[in-house]
Amino acid sequence: MIKYILKRILYLIPVMLLVTLIVFFLMSITKGDPARIVVGESASLEEVEAMRESMGLNDPFFVRYLRYVRDLFLHGDLGTSYKSGLPVMKEIMSALPSTIKLSLAAIIIAILVGIPIGIISATKQYSFFDNFTMILGLIGISMPIFWLGLLLILLFSVRLGWFPPSGLTSFRHVILPAFALGTQSIAVFARMTRSSMLEVIRQDYIRTVRAKGQKESRITLDHVLRNALVPIVTVVGIQFGNLLGGAVLCETIFSINGVGRLMVDAIKQRDFPVVQGGVLFISLAFCLINLIIDIAYAFLDPKIKSQYK
Amino acid sequence: MNQKKEKRYSLTRETFTRLMKNRLAMFGLFILCVLVITAIFADQIAPYSYDQMDLLNAYKAPCKGHIFGTDEFGRDIFSRVVYGSRISLKVGFIAVSIAVVAGGLLGAVAGYYGGWTDNLIMRAMDVIMSIPATLLAISIAAALGAGLTNLMIATGIASIPTYARIVRASVLGIKEQEFVEAARAVGTRDFTILCKHILPNCLAPIIVQATLGVAFAILTAAGLSFIGLGIEPPTPEWGAMLSNARSYIRDYSYMCLFPGLAIALTIFSLNVLGDGLRDALDPKLRQ
Repeated sequence: MIKYILKRILYLIPVMLLVTLIVFFLMSITKGDPARIVVGESASLEEVEAMRESMGLNDPFFVRYLRYVRDLFLHGDLGTSYKSGLPVMKEIMSALPSTIKLSLAAIIIAILVGIPIGIISATKQYSFFDNFTMILGLIGISMPIFWLGLLLILLFSVRLGWFPPSGLTSFRHVILPAFALGTQSIAVFARMTRSSMLEVIRQDYIRTVRAKGQKESRITLDHVLRNALVPIVTVVGIQFGNLLGGAVLCETIFSINGVGRLMVDAIKQRDFPVVQGGVLFISLAFCLINLIIDIAYAFLDPKIKSQYK
Repeated sequence: MNQKKEKRYSLTRETFTRLMKNRLAMFGLFILCVLVITAIFADQIAPYSYDQMDLLNAYKAPCKGHIFGTDEFGRDIFSRVVYGSRISLKVGFIAVSIAVVAGGLLGAVAGYYGGWTDNLIMRAMDVIMSIPATLLAISIAAALGAGLTNLMIATGIASIPTYARIVRASVLGIKEQEFVEAARAVGTRDFTILCKHILPNCLAPIIVQATLGVAFAILTAAGLSFIGLGIEPPTPEWGAMLSNARSYIRDYSYMCLFPGLAIALTIFSLNVLGDGLRDALDPKLRQ
């Protein structure tokens, strides 16, 4: 098991190097001269040329890439922001807590609401509750997060005044954005829990447990849910990735100073080291979550554990 | 006798018959048809042009002359939503076409040849997939700049790995079957085998994924426009309209209702149709 985890962590290194390469390539083909952005519009051509030289922009692509990777691995240095002149690492670190708070709150809401709905729907298949929540789920999956966010602001901040429309300073601030970000996941978890449990419910061993006279609640939780968890955990992992992407939109709508908003602002100002750093950070988080999910499988399913050698 | 009768139905017809029984999926198909018709006949349906300004009638709440109201320039929101369907459907279908062709080809080659070709292609897909798709689309759009074409390319590229994986998995299952072996035995070229014998047999999962993929593409494109990376004004794009309406949410909240409703309805119809197609094409459910 430990060997497997180590292998996966080692595998992360080339993946992240290649992700860095893709992002570095994308940022290098953008229009506009970074040196011009740093020195400003009014600077002379000589000043721009001098800046190009000092930023190392005249070097070939791979030289620049290798320099970037070396700085990143040896010093944890992601470069310097063109606009603020601050290290990108510092800017991201100051924005990261908000993004983590927001995504964790969203995924927790989604798990706490979505999975119980799925369990009840599965045990009462085709009941009113089941039909109602599954239609609601389909609507939830189809809601664009930026529209849902606007509607929530409109209803709960502008009309009712219950929650503040922007920022992320207190618990009350977290609720609306976390709910906007988590709604799609609530729907996905509810649907997945339901279909995964329905498959288990039809198995012979569930009938056996029931024949033994086991209490219905224990059958549902100990026998059905436990065996239905693997696909549910899989979608939790997938949704976490979607959520990290959605956080970019959510932070923009609710004016939250997270990594996503930092990146969107940086894109508009053509401040590409910040964009690059943001994408790398979020991708790394995504990879780590996937790793955790894969490890979680082993604890859920002994059959999978025996394959992890 | 009964068996003979069933054989006369083609797979397409059989699937469609099953799909017809799914009311939710038919609802999705209906909405989608309405959308396509709206997009084609936008000139006839929209009462105003999408960029016709009328400052005297700005900020008008929904009323008889402007059923969705007007925006800050007095442009008719209903007309803009109608024209917006053109942009969204175009982005959705072209982005998915890019992804299906590129992803399908990569997946087919990986699955058919196996070995290091497979390894190389699929590890590359793994790397792309380790960047969340929305974020990848944002990065590509940031690199290429705003605009309709770039928006389609960005969304398309971000979905390539999904199709590569699906096609590879289907090809792996089909390439071992006897009819492929037979084709190889008579000396058919690899490319012909792939295109004529293997790919048509793995269409079902591609169709399902493509339907859901159009939804993803439309959603992503609208999201990109919302944060200012997609279509530029005055082109009526639903996401961009919402982004604009955000500034007026306090006083003119109707402005942020209809473009969002249009997006949600489109995504909903594609999702239920995709789900319905999946059930209809599922061999496990086929009798």
